[in-house]
Amino acid sequence: MEQMRSTSYTLVIKKDCPTCAMIEPLIAELAASCDGKLSVYVQDDPSYPPSYPDRIDDTSLEFSYRNQVEIVPTLIRQTQDSEDVPRIIGWDKVQWQEFTGIDDLGADLIDFKPGCGSKTQDPGMDELLALKFGDTQFGARQVQVSESEDIMEACFERGWSDGLPVVPPTPLRVMRMLSGTDRKPAETIGQVPPDKVDCSIEKLAINAVMAGCKPEYFPTVIAAVEAALQDRFCMHGLLCTTYFSTPVLIVNGPVSRQIGMNSGVNALGQGNRANATIGRALQLIIRNIGGGIPGGIDRAAMGNPGKYSYCFAEDESDSDWNSLAMDRGYEREDSVLNLFAGDGLQPIVDQQSRTPQSLAKSMALSLRSIVHAKLYGLADAILVVSPEHRRVFRQGGWSKQDLRNALHEELVTPGADLIRGANDVAEGMPAGFKDKLLNKFRDDGLHIVSTGGKAGMFSAIISGWVATGERGSQIVSQKIL
Amino acid sequence: MISQSTLLDPTAELQPVERQLLPRLSELAGATIGLLDISKPRGKEFLDEIEKHLLKLGARVNRYTKPTFARVAPTELSQQISVECDAVIEGLAD
Repeated sequence: MEQMRSTSYTLVIKKDCPTCAMIEPLIAELAASCDGKLSVYVQDDPSYPPSYPDRIDDTSLEFSYRNQVEIVPTLIRQTQDSEDVPRIIGWDKVQWQEFTGIDDLGADLIDFKPGCGSKTQDPGMDELLALKFGDTQFGARQVQVSESEDIMEACFERGWSDGLPVVPPTPLRVMRMLSGTDRKPAETIGQVPPDKVDCSIEKLAINAVMAGCKPEYFPTVIAAVEAALQDRFCMHGLLCTTYFSTPVLIVNGPVSRQIGMNSGVNALGQGNRANATIGRALQLIIRNIGGGIPGGIDRAAMGNPGKYSYCFAEDESDSDWNSLAMDRGYEREDSVLNLFAGDGLQPIVDQQSRTPQSLAKSMALSLRSIVHAKLYGLADAILVVSPEHRRVFRQGGWSKQDLRNALHEELVTPGADLIRGANDVAEGMPAGFKDKLLNKFRDDGLHIVSTGGKAGMFSAIISGWVATGERGSQIVSQKIL
Repeated sequence: MISQSTLLDPTAELQPVERQLLPRLSELAGATIGLLDISKPRGKEFLDEIEKHLLKLGARVNRYTKPTFARVAPTELSQQISVECDAVIEGLAD
């Protein structure tokens, strides 16, 4: 009994737990055995248990959170002058008897019954409690919106929106977004153009919240920003241009399936949250952090609708077809974000070709026309091959490399047909190219991906920015970690 | 106390957190200035004086009147002023 006098207990329970209900009759016995040095914290109903009036209301969950309670019941033992604070969870008769020193405690109960999850473990609760009771500090300044202001309107009025409603970036939502990555909120990932300001992971999270992302999308958003900040991509120039182009995000690898991206029907259209919000997040980051405001630094003559969001995943269901990321040196198992400076979508209709040869020639005809049918080497492009067209190549025994080679051959054109004035069109290549053979695309200027629904013999072209190669933007890839 | 919602600033924080005034006009010559009478007594006399000064400075002047000072301007009137004028002065006389 000497040991008992110097020992106190803490029990954490909730009413909505059958195991807690089962052990309720033992509480008074346990309290008596330690001279009342028993604190009972209740998570869900302060009037429970009626048999023990000295219970403590923990509906705020502060005690449970601070003491890392994960299961109820949790019984914690504190012995005077001892730093050891052991705890047991759930109900294990022998364990409880040894732990409390009461040999016949709960003798008439079953031997074993596991506990329930603590309310601190409810979905979304961790960030909520961390915000309330933890030592979270945000780097971003806090903006107070009064009750008389509509919080959605407040975001518009402060200039934070692309024109569509944004999700208000409350501290709780930002904290949940940050839970999507292991990277530290204060880490600087680079300088975002055009204002070239240091950008932290936390600022990315704020904008990802506003775009509508879920926390599991956040690593892909981070990769998109890292890709955009690569020197090869030339984000600053792309933003400033009077041309149509904008970042096009193409996601490869397991992550695209894990976060539910669309690589099927309407893959480049509306309706999929991950596709829509990941692309939008990059745009908002450039706008809000970089200061790239349309009509300000963004000088696009017309722009294009993809400047809201332009993001899709590749259909990787055909193991004989190498993905874009694999073309760029990654493994099929790698999750990769590819970023291309591109414009709107130009369809290629071919419902007649049944041989790879015919279909490749057909595609080459359309590819010739990007930017202008008589301007060569000006822009890169992405050829987006539909599943039905992919089937034509597969049935004809062609690999993606065979297609690439055929397109390259088809797209070589005598300069005489392209120079200014040829075919009675003033636009064209400078006269000096008259006796040369020209290719439509520079080396590494034509990329091929596959996506889309199973029905429809339609492929497409995403034409690129007219500043390409080292004097402009080149496709970049970034591993998603 | 009015309850408030807290948002985290998504920008690079190069501007003060308070909302900024719209850019001011650099000169009045050639600008169209709206004079809005909010329908309080003596507003007309006050705005007549302002109009004289503006005309001397080379501005064009359009006059508008709110139906009642007690309510915000009707949306149609706000839109009309924003389309027709470069800036507006409200006659808040009493």
